Amino acid sequence: MSRQPMMPTRTAFALALVLFSAAPALAQELTVVSFGGSYQEGQSKALFQPAAKALGIKIKEETYTSIADLRLKVKAGAVTWDVVASGSGSAARAGAEGILEKLDYKVIDTSSFLPGTAQDYCVGGDVFSTVLAWNTKTYGQNGPQSWADFWDVKKFPGKRSYRKGVAGALEPALMADGVPPNKVYEVLSQPGGIERAIKKIRELKPHIAVWWSSGAQHAQLMKDGEVDMITGWNGRFDVAAKDGAKVAYTFNQALLDYDCFAVAKGAPNKDLAMKFLAEISKPQYQAEFTKYITYGPTNKKAYDGGAIDAAYAKSLPSHPDNAGKQLTIDLDWYIKFEAQASAAYQNMLTE
Amino acid sequence: MSAADAYDPSGPARDFHAAALRRDQWRERMGLAGLAAPALLLVTVTLLVPVGWLFGLSFLDDSGAFSLEHYRRMLSEPSYARTFITTFEISLATTLICILLGYPLAYFLSQLPRRAANLCMIAVLLPFWTSLLVRTYAWLVLLQRSGLINTWGIKLGLWSEPLQLVHNAGGTLIGMVHIMLPFMVLPLYGTMRAIDGNLLRAAASLGSTPVHGFWTVFFPLSLPGLAAGASLVFVLCLGFYVTPAMLGGGKVTMVSNRIANDIELFFNWGAASALGVVLLVITLMVLVLAARLSRGAGPFGAGQGS
Repeated sequence: MSRQPMMPTRTAFALALVLFSAAPALAQELTVVSFGGSYQEGQSKALFQPAAKALGIKIKEETYTSIADLRLKVKAGAVTWDVVASGSGSAARAGAEGILEKLDYKVIDTSSFLPGTAQDYCVGGDVFSTVLAWNTKTYGQNGPQSWADFWDVKKFPGKRSYRKGVAGALEPALMADGVPPNKVYEVLSQPGGIERAIKKIRELKPHIAVWWSSGAQHAQLMKDGEVDMITGWNGRFDVAAKDGAKVAYTFNQALLDYDCFAVAKGAPNKDLAMKFLAEISKPQYQAEFTKYITYGPTNKKAYDGGAIDAAYAKSLPSHPDNAGKQLTIDLDWYIKFEAQASAAYQNMLTE
Repeated sequence: MSAADAYDPSGPARDFHAAALRRDQWRERMGLAGLAAPALLLVTVTLLVPVGWLFGLSFLDDSGAFSLEHYRRMLSEPSYARTFITTFEISLATTLICILLGYPLAYFLSQLPRRAANLCMIAVLLPFWTSLLVRTYAWLVLLQRSGLINTWGIKLGLWSEPLQLVHNAGGTLIGMVHIMLPFMVLPLYGTMRAIDGNLLRAAASLGSTPVHGFWTVFFPLSLPGLAAGASLVFVLCLGFYVTPAMLGGGKVTMVSNRIANDIELFFNWGAASALGVVLLVITLMVLVLAARLSRGAGPFGAGQGS
């Protein structure tokens, strides 16, 4: 409108500056989203920032809570994220659903990766374990060593905490019920298998004081000494122990799983995202990441050349000594059965 | 006979006046409607449209075709019915406890001199200045096994083993009552302040005891405030998410928690939408029923209507 006063020059200048700096004129900008907290801090220092430097690009970091956030963006046609950090199971489901781009393994080199940690839509970033942890004030250093012990309330009296979601909840129950680890998914896939696991959890239900729903929560529960025995992610317990929590855990019969990186469907910088993933999948990056949290590399070469201290390496989930004791999560089973298992699990929880 | 009839102007003049009055009335109405328009527009855009959209989504399956699968699932999986029962039980219990705690408090405040009452009101409103999340965490710190209450209780020799005060329905109720109590006290206090003290004095002069006077005069007059507070608390409770998630220990699954769960689990929004729709419908039914029972006192009490 002509009668409107002229925009002061300074404001116009500032506006122009903002507009220009928003456009990636000099360096290309890539948006990476992860889960925040100490986990993303480690990723940022070990992976994102060094890789950005190597590629000569800028990184914008955001945090999100679950894959549902990405679904909303993709369905609304407003994808602003390029690289998405995710759990392996969510990524497999999201890939099947069609909200992730297929990864270009001509660009990303996964020849030295642990088997199964590079799926069509998500390339592994770190390996973690769902372990049995206990309060060392209650049980000392030699606490429960197997899921059968976790279920044995006579030998190990005390309050338990178990996961509220079905992911990683049925496998321990079957092992406690006497199923050997290598037969767990076979049993779970048979009719009545899910019910058998749930029946076993129902048995323990009176002793479960808290059903945890996040990693931060299960670490806090052990810090506060709220429960005596718990399932959870090994790295969180190590961080809690470093903060003075009386907690120890075993890799025996633990569930081996991994976190991975995916590219959002319709990502604004898809090709750059692939290059970025290729960069952070290199062994030196993965070795560096282990210094921030006790999650192991998916790239076996990260163990070579002493990049990870030999004694420290033994505390990582993917170290051969530890990996051998564990059961690897079967993503195909989750794609097929998770909805059904979750419904049954919710029924048990609300009984 | 009124004065206007006695004046009795000739026909055309009366018509003229009537027309002018009608025009004025119409103009005033339009003016008021105009003032209300922005709010109406806001409600339409931010409430009716999304709710309608949600309603539509709840009838679509993965492929986008019409389907009743989300409603069928709710009937076939017993956990959904239990979630609704838990939601209503917890909300009802919170409302009842709020009435038991809030009514005497509001009564006490309404009998205080204004100045003292205002000071006390600040104390009632103080919790609003802290975020709900912080208050809920604070309860966790107080109530947990190694929390303040258990530590002191054991040290003082009141009990020897830590009590299970939180991570259950009891802990959830404590947190919810704490958050909801001001919503009960405020409308009650407003209603009680407006009750004419002369009525009670009149009752006393006619020979009523204080207790009898309270129940026959004061209490009925305070009912609109009670109805407003109770419906407000009850309806707000139905949508609680943070408190049951943090203090319920995973044992208290309310509809909001289930909605979050279903959004993560299923590819489309339909499953979660259907839960929202059913909650809305049941809530409306409960409110209509409550309004019927309180004989026209309206779901939100309508203040001091007599």
